[in-house]
Amino acid sequence: MYPIVKRRDLTKGIVLFEVEAPAVAAKALAGQFVIVRANEKAERIPLTVMDFNREKGTITIVVQEVGYSSTIINRLQEGDAFQDFVGPLGVPTEIENYGRVACVAGGLGAAPMYPIARALKEAGNEVISIIGARNKDLIILTEEMEAVSSKLVISTDDGSAGIKGYAATALAQVLEENGGKIDHVWAIGPMVMMRSIVEFTRPLGIKTIVSMNPIMVDGTGMCGACRISVGGETKFACVDGPEFDGHLVDFDLAMRRLAYFKDAEKRAMARLDCGGDCGC
Amino acid sequence: MLEKVERQAMPCQDPAERARNFSEVALGYDEETALLEASRCLQCKKPLCRQGCPVEVLIPDFINLVKERDFMGAAQKLKEKNNLPAVCGRVCPQENQCESKCILGKKGESVAIGRLERFVADYELAHGSVTPETGVPTGKKAAIIGGGPAGLTCAADLAKLGHSVTVFEALHVAGGVLMYGIPEFRLPKNVVQTEIQNLKKLGVEIKTNMVVGKATSVEELMEKDGFDAVFIGTGAGLPYFMNIPGENLLGVYSANEFLTRSNLMKAYQFPEADTPTKVGKRVAVLGAGNVAMDASRTALRLGAEESIIVYRRSRDEMPARHEELEHAEEEGVNFQLLTNPIEIIGDENGVVKGMKCLRYELGEPDASGRRSPVAIPGSEFVLDVDTVVVAIGQGPNPLVTKTTPGLELNRKGNIVADPETFATSKPGVFAGGDIVTGAATVILAMGAGKTAAKAIDEYLKNK
Ligand SMILES: Cc1cc2nc3c(=O)[nH]c(=O)nc-3n(C[C@H](O)[C@H](O)[C@H](O)COP(=O)(O)OP(=O)(O)OC[C@H]3O[C@@H](n4cnc5c(N)ncnc54)[C@H](O)[C@@H]3O)c2cc1C
Ligand SMILES: Cc1cc2nc3c(=O)[nH]c(=O)nc-3n(C[C@H](O)[C@H](O)[C@H](O)COP(=O)(O)OP(=O)(O)OC[C@H]3O[C@@H](n4cnc5c(N)ncnc54)[C@H](O)[C@@H]3O)c2cc1C
Ligand code: SF4
Ligand code: FES
Repeated sequence: MYPIVKRRDLTKGIVLFEVEAPAVAAKALAGQFVIVRANEKAERIPLTVMDFNREKGTITIVVQEVGYSSTIINRLQEGDAFQDFVGPLGVPTEIENYGRVACVAGGLGAAPMYPIARALKEAGNEVISIIGARNKDLIILTEEMEAVSSKLVISTDDGSAGIKGYAATALAQVLEENGGKIDHVWAIGPMVMMRSIVEFTRPLGIKTIVSMNPIMVDGTGMCGACRISVGGETKFACVDGPEFDGHLVDFDLAMRRLAYFKDAEKRAMARLDCGGDCGC
Repeated sequence: MLEKVERQAMPCQDPAERARNFSEVALGYDEETALLEASRCLQCKKPLCRQGCPVEVLIPDFINLVKERDFMGAAQKLKEKNNLPAVCGRVCPQENQCESKCILGKKGESVAIGRLERFVADYELAHGSVTPETGVPTGKKAAIIGGGPAGLTCAADLAKLGHSVTVFEALHVAGGVLMYGIPEFRLPKNVVQTEIQNLKKLGVEIKTNMVVGKATSVEELMEKDGFDAVFIGTGAGLPYFMNIPGENLLGVYSANEFLTRSNLMKAYQFPEADTPTKVGKRVAVLGAGNVAMDASRTALRLGAEESIIVYRRSRDEMPARHEELEHAEEEGVNFQLLTNPIEIIGDENGVVKGMKCLRYELGEPDASGRRSPVAIPGSEFVLDVDTVVVAIGQGPNPLVTKTTPGLELNRKGNIVADPETFATSKPGVFAGGDIVTGAATVILAMGAGKTAAKAIDEYLKNK
């Protein structure tokens, strides 16, 4: 069992957990993920590492309620424990001194972006971070991101905080302010957001790394559920990624594959509301 | 007189009924039947059957104990050579092994050794197991990577010899293919877990959720954590795809994903268990091995109206166990033989709506003597399916091998190991099971684990 030592509600439906998992904490790096199971019957759910504490042997994750399993996880309290917690999985972010980089996070994407921005800054980069969300209530981890960035820019679709517009609008503005010179971009967030960033940087030829989050089962390359198409080649996101060159990713395919179990998931959700004894 | 007794049939659930449930298909012998079957054994002085068994189970000896109604004694006898008899009694291809050699088979039907093995093992499971004795602690530590049959067997034998043994398993439970691949209706998961509990009684520690190559590495285990020897039994877990257009459409699964969802994650109990799976009305399964049979039979049980095996060669070449093939036929699985898919077709939402195939005929025998199939020009047709399960084989997963410098691999990425000792090119590191041979059988993996344990014991003694 993997006890939860800290729980913090970041905003409605988004919870941060610090979890005791010494073997994972000893090795985790920016860009990697874990797979957790809340209880004995639970699904295996992939979650990105937001932070790791090698001394305390803990891993921090941030979970957004989107369906049945994430809701079950977010009901866990300090003192409860995860049944299973495996990692670190996936290939770590390639950290180098690229010069000036932009770290663009959409909504929850701020969580996985945090250790990447920190590592890039430690490597000597000028790190301009952007957090974009629909409205100001959905913006999370601003203090944390501020601490690891040279500059933090906020944008909201409705203008309730920061720049009014999408994350791509904010990135365009940042680019202009910097004389058109940004050497490398990371974009993590919902598929549509990552795709819009990628389409923005494509004509400019700025290398853009995205973090793909397809449906996964084992996370070790055994099942192929997580396959995506990159540059016309099939890749297993769990072992070949989750980070890929955004200009080569087939986003249409990735978005379709994510939706495949939607109807079944609705049945699981129904159970949350009724208590589950009705067999619906 | 004795020869008059016929080979006792295995009682099975009715095909029509079982094709829709996940309970075990073969029900097992009762005591009467077991005694009758055991009475057929001639107790040969030079038992040929044993030569056919990769772990040399003391076959006539255990059958003799059955005859004497000493079922616990028989279990002990089995376990001298085979740590997982309840598993092997169910899934071993006895027809190609012990039973193919049995002297009775020359004229009539061989003794049903596998069914007797299962009877004895189940009897033991039901009546409290015998824990074998462990040796005097040697102070030596061995790490086993992968908790499949190869790793578990090696672990048990090393523990019995007094070594301290830790198994590192990537998934949340040990058992390997026995847990995630082979379905409940053929190998109940509680049987596997009871066998694993017995192993723990030997003092074997099992660390689940440990992906070697990520959370730790072979070198780290040896250099930092003080393991004196390592056995790698990581299996053949990497699913192959056909590399035909349309393979990333929705509704195309690898057999590993399809079976893992159903077996390991219990998707067949969804929504009581949390993991879903989706099976359409018409399911095509590509391939004709045990994996394909399991996938096609699972599809029926998950509610598919039609489950179709699509295979390039003919029935005689199908690599599946005879019994599995028969069970699949009885349950109503359809077979499209001498047929090969060339493209999977999707609808406007990217969901499978059909599969373009070509018909084949058998040509001239090739170098191996097999008549290889050749495509019939112009035979193209579309098979009406909405789900495709690819079961054409698995390769070695590179997570461990890529992170272990000095480990020699063959062209396919399998570990090269000495056939006598299972030693690899890296001192102190041994390997066996599917990671060495490519996808094979439970008993061969166990045999490798067993032989390797002997070699590891020697190595540790001289270290
Ligand atoms: C490598 C990786 C890292 C991830 N990191 C995080 C993280 O740090 N924090 C976090 O909250 N979530 C993260 N996710 C997503 C998380 O795993 C899913 O939200 C979760 O599996 C949904 O399960 P559910 O049963 O709650 O929702 P479901 O009922 O399964 O799905 C609800 C909705 O979410 C979508 N969905 C399903 N699976 C995924 C998925 N794997 N990714 C994205 N959307 C999905 C579905 O299309 C559906 O619309 C990550 C996913 C991957 C693959
Ligand atoms: C669906 C199916 C049906 C089959 N039916 C039969 C049958 O009827 N009869 C028969 O004899 N054989 C059958 N087989 C074949 C048989 O199951 C295998 O040959 C056998 O399981 C191989 O054993 P193994 O120990 O080498 O590997 P596996 O059983 O594959 O076990 C390997 C273990 O290692 C773990 N692992 C992998 N990588 C790592 C890592 N990096 N770190 C830690 N752990 C790791 C895996 O999670 C797994 O638990 C079947 C196979 C399948 C897939
Ligand atoms: S060969 Fe057949 S008859 Fe002879 S000992 Fe073995 S099982 Fe019995
Ligand atoms: S999640 Fe199974 S192969 Fe990637």
